[in-house]
Amino acid sequence: METISFTSAGFKTGVRRSLPLLAGLSPFGFVVGLITQHHGLSLLQCMVMNGLVYAGASQLVALANWTHPAPILAAAFAALVVNMRFALMGPVLAPWLAGIKPLPRFISLAILVDHSWALSVTDMRRGGRDAALFFGLGVPLWCGWMLASTAGYLSASSLDLAPRNPIFFGALAAFVALLVPLWRGRIDLLPWSVAGIMSVTIAHMLPHTSWYIVAGALSGCMTGAAIEMRQE
Amino acid sequence: MERFSVYEAIAAMAAVTLICRCAGYMIFSHITPPLVVRRAMAHLPGCIFAAYVIPALVAGPPQNWAGAATTMVVMAKSRNLGLSIAMGVISIFVFDYFLIKDI
Repeated sequence: METISFTSAGFKTGVRRSLPLLAGLSPFGFVVGLITQHHGLSLLQCMVMNGLVYAGASQLVALANWTHPAPILAAAFAALVVNMRFALMGPVLAPWLAGIKPLPRFISLAILVDHSWALSVTDMRRGGRDAALFFGLGVPLWCGWMLASTAGYLSASSLDLAPRNPIFFGALAAFVALLVPLWRGRIDLLPWSVAGIMSVTIAHMLPHTSWYIVAGALSGCMTGAAIEMRQE
Repeated sequence: MERFSVYEAIAAMAAVTLICRCAGYMIFSHITPPLVVRRAMAHLPGCIFAAYVIPALVAGPPQNWAGAATTMVVMAKSRNLGLSIAMGVISIFVFDYFLIKDI
């Protein structure tokens, strides 16, 4: 079995590589802060939510259905439905996570986000063995998220950005860009297509939920596995 | 009371999200999944992002497709994430300026 390391050099590499990711994460964090203010939460509540939940899409879904007093079960359910994809992500990084101490492993998982995960998987596939990269990506992204969401909250009353302002495309552009290094060639064409078609279909059938991500991802994965099994 | 309920809701969301982040790894570290599951997991990274991006593009305005294409081309050529995101956003500003405002 390959030896997994956890070095300060790996951490620094992660920090360095996280900086461009902040360009994708910050507009999203800003919007979440903005919307949190619109729903009447205090600055402290906004910061606690962004710091502890740290999953913008689920926060937006929960806030869209926010009531006074706060909807505890509905908010928890929104978090479950939207963030279930995280449960699929952890096992992919198992070769790294299994090789490090419990505390950094737990913190790394607790601050897992799509961006840090995608770059870590790309590095792992290229033979990378330093799990501190994942940790180093995660810490600045969390800090950047806190800054961006707090800035969004504080700007909410003075700033009037239209929802279609191109700056908000930055969040989607980050995901589009992260797809590129994950492309392995023709082997990915059919699984990705199935994932896309299934996710569009489910998004239409179940609007305002994020089941489409889980359904699309799982159908694409199963297609990929089926193709490989058939080829043998 | 109302303020307390906000913190309760946030705590519930945080707990559920933490379980989502940790549970998959913890379960898979205690069992050895069958070959078909391991093969399927190897396809997950690309499929999960395809499942984010494609519905968002389908639901969004048409200029987002131009932005996505620009982002992809720049990323494929440069492998520079920050540059790719910036060029994607700039391309939408350009697209808006030249095409939408003239209509």
